[in-house]
Amino acid sequence: MSKEIIRLKDCTVAFDDEVILDKINLYFNDKEFLTLLGPSGCGKTTTLRIIGGFIKPTSGDVLFNGVRINDVPPHKRKVNTIFQKYALFPHLDVFENVAFGLRIAKVKEAEIRERVMEMLEIVSLKGFQHRKVASLSGGQQQRVAIARALVNRPKVLLLDEPLGALDMRLRKDMQSELKRIQQAMDITFIYVTHDQEEALAMSDTVVVMDRGKIQQIGTPEKIYNEPKNAFVADFIGESNILDGIMHEDFVVEFFGRKFKCLDSGFTTREAVDVVIRPEDIDIVEPQKGRLSGTVTSVTFKGVHYDVIVDFKGFKWLIQTTQLHHEGQEIGINIAPDRIHIMRKSEYSGMFGDYSSYSAEYDEIAEDYGDETEGSEDET
Amino acid sequence: MRRRYLAAVPHVIWLSVFVVAPLILVVVYAFTGSGGGFTLENFENMGSYTSVFGRSLWLAFIATIICLLIGYPLSYVLSKEGPGMQRIFIMLIMLPMWINFLLRTYAWMSILENTGLINRLLASLGVFDLINRIFDTNISYIPMINTQGAVVLGMVYNYLPFMVLPIYSVIVKIDSSLIEAAHDLGAGSMTVFRRIIFPLSLPGVLSGITMVFVPAVSTFIISRLLGGGTNILLGDLIEMQFLGNAYNPHLGSAISLLMMIIIMICMFVMNRFGEGEEQAVLM
Repeated sequence: MSKEIIRLKDCTVAFDDEVILDKINLYFNDKEFLTLLGPSGCGKTTTLRIIGGFIKPTSGDVLFNGVRINDVPPHKRKVNTIFQKYALFPHLDVFENVAFGLRIAKVKEAEIRERVMEMLEIVSLKGFQHRKVASLSGGQQQRVAIARALVNRPKVLLLDEPLGALDMRLRKDMQSELKRIQQAMDITFIYVTHDQEEALAMSDTVVVMDRGKIQQIGTPEKIYNEPKNAFVADFIGESNILDGIMHEDFVVEFFGRKFKCLDSGFTTREAVDVVIRPEDIDIVEPQKGRLSGTVTSVTFKGVHYDVIVDFKGFKWLIQTTQLHHEGQEIGINIAPDRIHIMRKSEYSGMFGDYSSYSAEYDEIAEDYGDETEGSEDET
Repeated sequence: MRRRYLAAVPHVIWLSVFVVAPLILVVVYAFTGSGGGFTLENFENMGSYTSVFGRSLWLAFIATIICLLIGYPLSYVLSKEGPGMQRIFIMLIMLPMWINFLLRTYAWMSILENTGLINRLLASLGVFDLINRIFDTNISYIPMINTQGAVVLGMVYNYLPFMVLPIYSVIVKIDSSLIEAAHDLGAGSMTVFRRIIFPLSLPGVLSGITMVFVPAVSTFIISRLLGGGTNILLGDLIEMQFLGNAYNPHLGSAISLLMMIIIMICMFVMNRFGEGEEQAVLM
């Protein structure tokens, strides 16, 4: 099942001394859905383009089934790419777009016909074969791009933020569609996105990247529940990240109080980062809680409320389905299995404080809006 | 009349006085004789000028083909260069156009003349002496001016920018991700060019062809200055009917009308040829 198909060995990419990728070591298993996740400029698109053959690593090797393919040009690789803006050929109709790769491979006309029609059916575009691509909606163009890549039966499909240009609803539909297609075709998908929700929902394996380095590799559950450092904890979902001290195995201190936890293997009195997810905090009466604080802001989010609580100057984000009011005193309890301990990293102290809560939300929204332009710079 | 149309008034007046009215005059003149009555005589008289028609179309055709053969590769290579390089090259291509058309063509005269730059250079290098000795001939210059070749050269030189610019501007706009996508799907560089770049650049090629062919077929200065009296083209013929000894504005109008019709047919064919492409030919 999990046979290795592609491996990046010490891959570095640098342009004019600017290091885009810093000694990446990564392997991809056959038939797995792997997502490269990170903010714009983290090197995820560059990684994808190395595999596609559009960028040669400055140093390091790219192996395909154990064979070095650094110098193999894109058109001789057994991978196909779905580009960010689809890159459909405007002068060809849907059928000819999908048939493009087969015609170049000089497949017989009858077989082309059969395979293209079969592929159009898989992506639910039956009957669209004679349409001009410009007359299709974003979602339909997306499907044509998928069909055009998959009809060549690649071993690996590379997807560069393929859902970035679609609206929310369509995105959700396409997510499950992509997952279904990946399972039906039984091939490897390498998916690039900055959208953590997308990554968690679709992937077998998530690779979190930042500043040209891999921050963490793991299953979606593992990445979410056991982030390796403050960057991962903050990037994947919401996190309160506090300074703590590990007294002994299973005992951590923060805010001057000791809490039970499930982590071990730290040196005595090691300074650590403590991650507590906003949905893992129980709100109780002020006197019944281990900590108590004041609610400073409440935002209705549909399923839950985002509540910002001030604990002696440090602001926490707590998600609760119960309504609280600004100025209300509350107490909190945290179950031991809800406390996650991380070693200190270069990211310590940069994330996880909600003092400037609303500003941070705006910033995130802005980042995402700029993503399409931003990720082009990555190349 | 609604207020926003007022802005168009100056242009409409301009058009009707200087374009529509003269056109009507041309049509009226073409179908009347010197007596003033309706006649088709002017068109019948044109029969003796078929060679001029043929020569005009032929030379314009040759010049267009040469412009295309030079212009396309130039545009293609140019579009692959860095932005700074592109700016410099575009400026170099445009540069001759900042000099008066007549002056440029006079310059070519002094280059191509029997005692012009090229011939004097060849003479001073002793090329003619060498040729004379080997072939036992007695030449002192290569005749270049007053040939059809010189006319075509003049056309190519003057109209090449009109071929390069539209092709270049179309190629440079082709999304690089399309080219990457084609590579990704297994196409080598040649195939990418044949299947993607060339088809997508066709609108530029078509408008380049039109923009070179139309002025080339109707030019009269180039053929007058570089072709001598022997290679007169349609433009010269028309000019002669209005300003020359052969004064006959009725015949001149008839020729003009026919030429317009020929050009319109050419454009129509080109437009049909390019149908379905993203943008139609200019005009």
